[in-house]
Amino acid sequence: MRSSWWKVLSVALLAYAIIGGMLLPVPARHILNETVRNLYFHVPMWFGMMLLFGYSFYYSLMYLRKQQMEYDIKAVAFLKIGVLFSCLGMVTGMEWATYTWGEAWSNDPKQLATAICMLSYFAYLILRGGIKDEEKRAKIAAVYNIFAFALMIPLLFVLPRMVDSLHPGNGGNPGFNAYDLDSRMRLVFYPAVIGWFLLGMWMSTLHARINILRYKKENTF
Amino acid sequence: MKQLATLIQKDLLIELRQKHTLFGVLLYVGATVFAVYIMNGQPEVKVWNALFWITQLFVAVNSVAKSFLQEHPNRFRYYFTIVKPSTFLLAKMIYSIVLMLGISLISLALFTIMLGNPVSQTAVFIGVTAAGSISLSAVFTFLSAIAARAQQNAALMAILGFPLVIPVLMMLQNLALSAITPVYQEGWWLLMLVLLALAVMVVILGLILFPFLWQE
Repeated sequence: MRSSWWKVLSVALLAYAIIGGMLLPVPARHILNETVRNLYFHVPMWFGMMLLFGYSFYYSLMYLRKQQMEYDIKAVAFLKIGVLFSCLGMVTGMEWATYTWGEAWSNDPKQLATAICMLSYFAYLILRGGIKDEEKRAKIAAVYNIFAFALMIPLLFVLPRMVDSLHPGNGGNPGFNAYDLDSRMRLVFYPAVIGWFLLGMWMSTLHARINILRYKKENTF
Repeated sequence: MKQLATLIQKDLLIELRQKHTLFGVLLYVGATVFAVYIMNGQPEVKVWNALFWITQLFVAVNSVAKSFLQEHPNRFRYYFTIVKPSTFLLAKMIYSIVLMLGISLISLALFTIMLGNPVSQTAVFIGVTAAGSISLSAVFTFLSAIAARAQQNAALMAILGFPLVIPVLMMLQNLALSAITPVYQEGWWLLMLVLLALAVMVVILGLILFPFLWQE
């Protein structure tokens, strides 16, 4: 992961997504108007978060299998950046909702589901904070991470589909498929998703590398 | 199998002999219902339902927390020399399910006595209560194992557990509402199936992960 080509790619894609996202033409929709540009920033946060939590889950599994500290350090690094992405996703979503739904928080099922998801990952960090011994902390945290991830999947994918949501694509609101058909938006949206995700990877791997070095040197992190 | 039965029997026997913990939980339920009545009188249907499930949540935290947290850590070392970890977890889970079933039925009785009885289909509501007890106690048993291993108290279990059981509570509340108001709810059985599948998944995950939690 130390090769630099994907980091350059990430910066290039994000520069394109930010400049193109602000300047390129978007379809004019009722109510949404120019806020539709939030698609390039808000939605990639959730995709990035899911992938980062997925990586964290994978490293937790690997820790339980191999019992090497490196995996635990990686798991927690990916999880922390995932939490950061979820916070940013929440903020961008609330900003957008202020102008389209009329208020920042309207108890939308998807808002609630992500808030609950964030709470459970905050709980993970609290659980880690309470244990001093590194080996034990790694093991217990890995077990909780796997347990929480497996329970969060139904929350994020099943429950919001069972109740009406204010989000585009739910409860009679036009979906993003309607916009995705607009190839102009797709041209920015997909690069933005990849760019944000690569940025998340970059931040996580950096964080993990610092902590691995610190662990090797000071035997703690 | 025989070990499983013996372990469950042991826990239930302890429960019967140390009556103070069992009655403590019962008193907790009674006091909660009383407090709700004092503050709210007899609530309307939807509020009744919400209060009932909130009470179930707190009862689950308080009664199930005992399953791992009440025993001394040294005693676990002894258990693990004589039984497999999966058997041990299963025994604890079944014990907390039995306990929780009993307590939630008692709290249902207390609710109907003090807060009125809006339930129109009693059998369905009891069924939902049973499903709720099973899923709540399965989740909290496993979390109490985590909390015990982290040498923490029941507060940590609540912090870890509340976000995880909110979807379960949402489903339970929906299921129970159709037993209260006689409206046809589309997809009731599907929701019930999702709930039970989630409970089964929790048990399976617990059985897979528990051995890792206990090896030192």
